[in-house]
Amino acid sequence: MSGGALRLCKVSLRLGPRLLLPPLSLTVRAGEVVTVTGPSGCGKSSLLAYLCGTLDPAFRASGRVFVGAVDVTGLPPERRRIGILFQDDLLFPHLTVGENLAFGLPAAVRRGRDRRERVEATLAEAGLAGFAHRDPATLSGGQRARVALLRMLLSEPAALLLDEPFSKLDPALRAKFRQTVFDHVRRRALPTLLVTHDPADAEAAGGRVVAFGHAPADDPAAGPATEGKAGGPVAVIRPAPLPRRS
Amino acid sequence: MAPPLRPVTAGHPGRGGAGALRAGSLLRPGGLLRYVPALTLSLFLAPIAAGLVGTWLPAFGWLPALGGQSFGLSAWRALFAAPELPGAVALTLGTGILATVLSFALAVGFCAACHGTRSFAWLRHVLAPLLAVPHAAVAIGLAFLVAPSGWIARLLSPWATGWETPPDLAVVRDPYGLSLVLGLVLKETPYLLLMSLGALGQVQAERAVAVARALGYGPATAWLKAVLPQIYPQIRLPLYAVLAFSLSVVDVALVLGPGTPPPLAPLLLRWFNDPDLTMRFQAAAGAGLQLVLVAAAIALWAGGERLVGRLARPWLSSGGRGGAGESLARRVIGGVTAGLIGAAALCLAGLAVWSVADRWRYPDPLPTTWTLGNWQRHVEALAWPAWTTLMVGLAAAAVATALVLGCLENEQRHGLRPSARGLWLLYAPLMVPQVSFLFGAQVLLVRLGLDGTWPALVWSHLLFVLPYVFLSLADPYRALDERYVRTALCLGASPARVFWRVKLPMLLRPVLVAFAIGFAVSVSLYLPTLFAGGGRYATLTTEAVSLAAGADRRVVGVYAFLQAMLPLLAFAAALALPAALRRRRPRRAMRRGSGSEGAG
Repeated sequence: MSGGALRLCKVSLRLGPRLLLPPLSLTVRAGEVVTVTGPSGCGKSSLLAYLCGTLDPAFRASGRVFVGAVDVTGLPPERRRIGILFQDDLLFPHLTVGENLAFGLPAAVRRGRDRRERVEATLAEAGLAGFAHRDPATLSGGQRARVALLRMLLSEPAALLLDEPFSKLDPALRAKFRQTVFDHVRRRALPTLLVTHDPADAEAAGGRVVAFGHAPADDPAAGPATEGKAGGPVAVIRPAPLPRRS
Repeated sequence: MAPPLRPVTAGHPGRGGAGALRAGSLLRPGGLLRYVPALTLSLFLAPIAAGLVGTWLPAFGWLPALGGQSFGLSAWRALFAAPELPGAVALTLGTGILATVLSFALAVGFCAACHGTRSFAWLRHVLAPLLAVPHAAVAIGLAFLVAPSGWIARLLSPWATGWETPPDLAVVRDPYGLSLVLGLVLKETPYLLLMSLGALGQVQAERAVAVARALGYGPATAWLKAVLPQIYPQIRLPLYAVLAFSLSVVDVALVLGPGTPPPLAPLLLRWFNDPDLTMRFQAAAGAGLQLVLVAAAIALWAGGERLVGRLARPWLSSGGRGGAGESLARRVIGGVTAGLIGAAALCLAGLAVWSVADRWRYPDPLPTTWTLGNWQRHVEALAWPAWTTLMVGLAAAAVATALVLGCLENEQRHGLRPSARGLWLLYAPLMVPQVSFLFGAQVLLVRLGLDGTWPALVWSHLLFVLPYVFLSLADPYRALDERYVRTALCLGASPARVFWRVKLPMLLRPVLVAFAIGFAVSVSLYLPTLFAGGGRYATLTTEAVSLAAGADRRVVGVYAFLQAMLPLLAFAAALALPAALRRRRPRRAMRRGSGSEGAG
């Protein structure tokens, strides 16, 4: 958590002959949440998979990724220190809540007691004290989402990827959980990329928006765009949306 | 569903120029894991290839060990001059094809008639135990059931039949092989049903039926027209395997098939075991003929498929929606299937009852006195074959499960796509008749000095265990939500740790079930034990089959019942173990504390 930025240098994606994303360059500052939007199938999730190193080999990708000063492009996922949250919480069903959290805790915390204490403290901080021995299946959707977030944070990531992690929660819960996530992001100064379909998410994120699409890149408000051809896929970077209520 | 045995469509990393990198950093040299697919392939395809060569060479006169030093056609001439041959070939083709057609018709008929009903859901639960029971046990149980002195005759006598003593009727081992066909249908129908159920899960069958029914089709017609054409390509290979098996089965034919002449495969076994060593050449030629027959039958079936496909095409869109006849047909098919499952259950019950029968006079429906003496008397004789069965089964299933896990893990780490060609390779040991390559494999083992050893025995079982373990495990392994793996990797876990701590525990149940299936397959193997064991190893199967030829039913019952029980116990353990671990977990977590689990 060094406060470094997440930097994408001319990252582009292809699937077979189809260009999904022309070279995109973007710097996500520490503590900034940049939102990625666009129609289904345009490659948003694949971009995240590329960034964290789990892209399906059927894709061809190029470009470099930096976390802080470190070029993580060639590193395996487990050494990139890029955390990711998905639409589903993906808690391991064969482990208890506490074991799930401990799974995320780095091995550098060696002693069993220290590990236990870290897990307990994390749970208590999140209002889930006493949940360590629970089966994830017995938790509510909101609780599970929080545990997934805590597990990811315990792994001490240097950057964060959010793949529509709020979309399966009901509206009241969604706003609350979103706030929790963004609070953590800011407190820990994590550069964060958020993929979403929900304009409210982008608004709450309060950062710039990368819009994937096919529109010609002549938006006067747009920042540096990708190097796409007219009519082809492009990604346009827009400034933060204005909040609806001031 | 297809195996990743070969890297057919691996991603092409690093084509994107200087800044490009390997597409997906999951691509890493996986250490030894990389070699697992090649090792697996060579372990189970090399012996088959070598076995085929080692069988065809003697068929053309070349077997220096027995003085065959020159090539010629004398073995073939002797084969075609054998008086039993025409009858054996006719019987083989007749019973094999009839059994396959009936099993297929019943499996498809049952799916069409009963999908979406409660009996269909119930069937899913009884299929696994039905499949686990070895062919030989079912065959012996069936013989006990339908023989003139069997259970059915006893239940009907003397009030319905007037029989006070068993009549002299060749019901079992009848000259037309009908009891053999019935024995095969009893085992192959559940297998094809299971394969169909697996295929149904992949084609959104319920939606297709719902759409067709909304268009006014009866349920069975809807299934036949909207679903069967979709799943047939996926049950084609299993069907070919059934056809090859039915055309070349030995143990079931020894128990239920006629003896003069027997079908080709048992006839070949007789020749291979002939004291006159020169008969080996004729037998080898016969093994070649067996392979040709199976290949021809598969080709014939494939041609039939196309023809039926073409002829049925207009019927699919003819608009006929299945009318009044449908409900009757559904009832008939449902009744026949229920009868089959009932018969299989009675077969097992018959083995159990005979094994504890003391006095059981004809035509009493049940023994008048019961005893455990049959078991006590044979416990010593049973011990060694039971031990051999258990150890070979466990070893073959363990090796197969480890290899399959290695292949599947390698496939996922390298992002390989399963291919149709790989699936054909996987089915190879199931489509090449055992008798057509086991002799050659035995010759090879003798040359290597391995015949009659444990490794040879386990290896020969592995050939047949491996495909089933693969087919059973591949789908659940590939279906595991890949994001669990990504999540674990992004939490800093190495791929090896993800495999051991996330994938294996989450897939514990399918892994254990695959292991149990492998064990069941090994327990049921007859011919591989005979050939690779070099006569030194007896299993429950080889003992039960040789006893079935004439021993006291009480003794046969003991052996066959134990043979049937071993795989069932393995299945029960495979299902119970994960549940037991799950029950234990909260306590364990409480005791050791949650955090300690993550230390690593």
